Amino acid sequence: MKTSSIGIDLGSRTTKIVVLRDGSLAKYEIFDTGCAPLSHVKTFLRDYPGSPIMTTGYGRHMLAEELSAKKVTEIKACAKGAFFLFPQCRTVLDVGGQDCKVLSLDDSGRVLNFEMNDRCAAGTGKFLEVMADTFKMNLNSFVNTAMETSSHISINSMCTVFAESEVISLITRGKPLNEIARGVHISVAKRLTVMLSKYLTKEQMLFVGGGALNECLNNLLQDEIGREIICPENPQIVTALGASLLA
Amino acid sequence: MNDYRQLWTELGVNLELHDQLLKSLDQAHHRTHLAQQNRPDTMKIFDEAFHASHAGRVAEILDYRKKGGKSIGTFCIYIPDEIALAAEVIPIPLCGGSGWSVHYADKMFPRDICPLVRSTFGMAFSGTCPYKTIKDFAVGETTCDAKKKAWDLLGFKVMEVPQRKKPIDRQLWLKEVYEFKEMVETLSGVKVSAETLRDKIKLVNAKRRNLQKIDDFRKLANPPISGLDALLVAQVALNQDIRKFIANTADLINELEQRARKNISSYSENGPRILIAGSPSPMGNAKIHAMVEQAGLQIVADESCTGSRYFRELVDETASDLDGMIQAIADRYFNIDCSCFSPNSERLDNIEKIIKDYRIQGVVQNILQYCHTYNIEAKAVENRLKKINIPSLQIETDYSEEDIGQIRTRVEAFAEILRKT
Repeated sequence: MKTSSIGIDLGSRTTKIVVLRDGSLAKYEIFDTGCAPLSHVKTFLRDYPGSPIMTTGYGRHMLAEELSAKKVTEIKACAKGAFFLFPQCRTVLDVGGQDCKVLSLDDSGRVLNFEMNDRCAAGTGKFLEVMADTFKMNLNSFVNTAMETSSHISINSMCTVFAESEVISLITRGKPLNEIARGVHISVAKRLTVMLSKYLTKEQMLFVGGGALNECLNNLLQDEIGREIICPENPQIVTALGASLLA
Repeated sequence: MNDYRQLWTELGVNLELHDQLLKSLDQAHHRTHLAQQNRPDTMKIFDEAFHASHAGRVAEILDYRKKGGKSIGTFCIYIPDEIALAAEVIPIPLCGGSGWSVHYADKMFPRDICPLVRSTFGMAFSGTCPYKTIKDFAVGETTCDAKKKAWDLLGFKVMEVPQRKKPIDRQLWLKEVYEFKEMVETLSGVKVSAETLRDKIKLVNAKRRNLQKIDDFRKLANPPISGLDALLVAQVALNQDIRKFIANTADLINELEQRARKNISSYSENGPRILIAGSPSPMGNAKIHAMVEQAGLQIVADESCTGSRYFRELVDETASDLDGMIQAIADRYFNIDCSCFSPNSERLDNIEKIIKDYRIQGVVQNILQYCHTYNIEAKAVENRLKKINIPSLQIETDYSEEDIGQIRTRVEAFAEILRKT
């Protein structure tokens, strides 16, 4: 057990814990952050007394204080995890519950530059969740609906609240749901493409975070930027993995 | 503060709301300035001046007025203090830095204008600006659109600040400065003479020289004053009685000299050296300065209107006659590198000079939401910085607390990049 190190990424929607042993992923857990993430984390940590811990994500300051652990920004942790998995990648897109960010890395995996959305939810997981909710669907069904068709109705509003009104008005006008759902995905893909445009190089680009699980978004993004995007097997835990490497 | 309730009542201040405003300002001051370690002892004077801005300073001006003196409200560093003072008129800059009052502006102004304008008029509309009734008139200026149209709506007097720097613009500005002189002379009935104006040019320059000296200490490897405290000093400069301020800053300079000799830093550990660029941070707002320094970065320079833009240039003191002095004053203010000018390449050159002089390692562009001129110019600043390999971070925000989580992450990640860890 002495050789384990732990990375905890307390995000706005989900918390990710990664256990690294002898330089490779030994265990991970993903749970809804909810309102009592600390007790969940503490329960998990009972099995790993004395292991070094690195915290990251929205809740890093609270966790670091409560656990007497170290903390690092999710920007650096994400870069570390991405570079560990794909040493060829130089651009990383991370779409999380409440934020989206783009990182550019140098040849040694260090962050050269980054961009992050501000308080606005456009281009984040939350945007898609709100839209799915407008359809009274869970996120998976919403994604599947959007993939049923290849045509779409454009959504013009980037603002979550305005986009919701726009979608409701399209629904009440009897427009096909799958085309609206696809339009919502396209608007997110376009928004992310704008963020990405400054950072794309000829090198590999990695897509991580909960948003990378969205197959429709992934396909549309590849169409928008006209190139292949690599998505790791467990895109949600890349930042926690990076934290465990930094512990 | 209770000693001033009578005064506030006399001025028609809404006591209940004013208490809320003061509480919110006090809380912000505790979270930012007072949370620091290793502050110069003299900073206590400036903490007091911060609180006095709604109390003792108001009493001073009321007292001056009761004896027949005049005072005017101003909103920008373009209004020439020398001329107002020479006509025995006290200029009081009234720009708001409190997030508390922002939404009170909504009954007259659209919400998508900058928090500075909204905070200022929010205080006036909520009955929490004690200066509202103790000014004879307010003088605005034509810098940004939000301000320009606000003066219009409220019937303020306006100085036209040109938007270009050609000879014809300089002529216009000189005319405006003369008009301002007539305006304050008519108000007070005091003629501005060569003698009184020479005195006030020297007086206001003395204030600027003290601010410049304080800035010089920040060039040291171990800055004896933090960026947050230097901001507070600049904010107080806009409110406090000028002679008091010169005396207080002289005390601060003495202490900074001693600290510098003993190599005492205001920071507990070494950190990358930062320049703050962009929109002003009026009294009450230290949001970005605090977050930047709490991330272990050291703000050693600030080029905004609440930084060196306010005091970088002096008025030439060599003119012998009144017209020469007024021209010298007009020239000094005309040279200010505000982003309302097009083009404004001097600002980029000035930023580059600060980077060299203060050995800056990273720039944080602090842009107020809807401050279009600084926001758009941020791209030109970023491009210039790229050319000289200085990393920069651009933050667009208002006075509220709701986005501090995201901003903290960005500032800390910027610190990680600068530390090359």
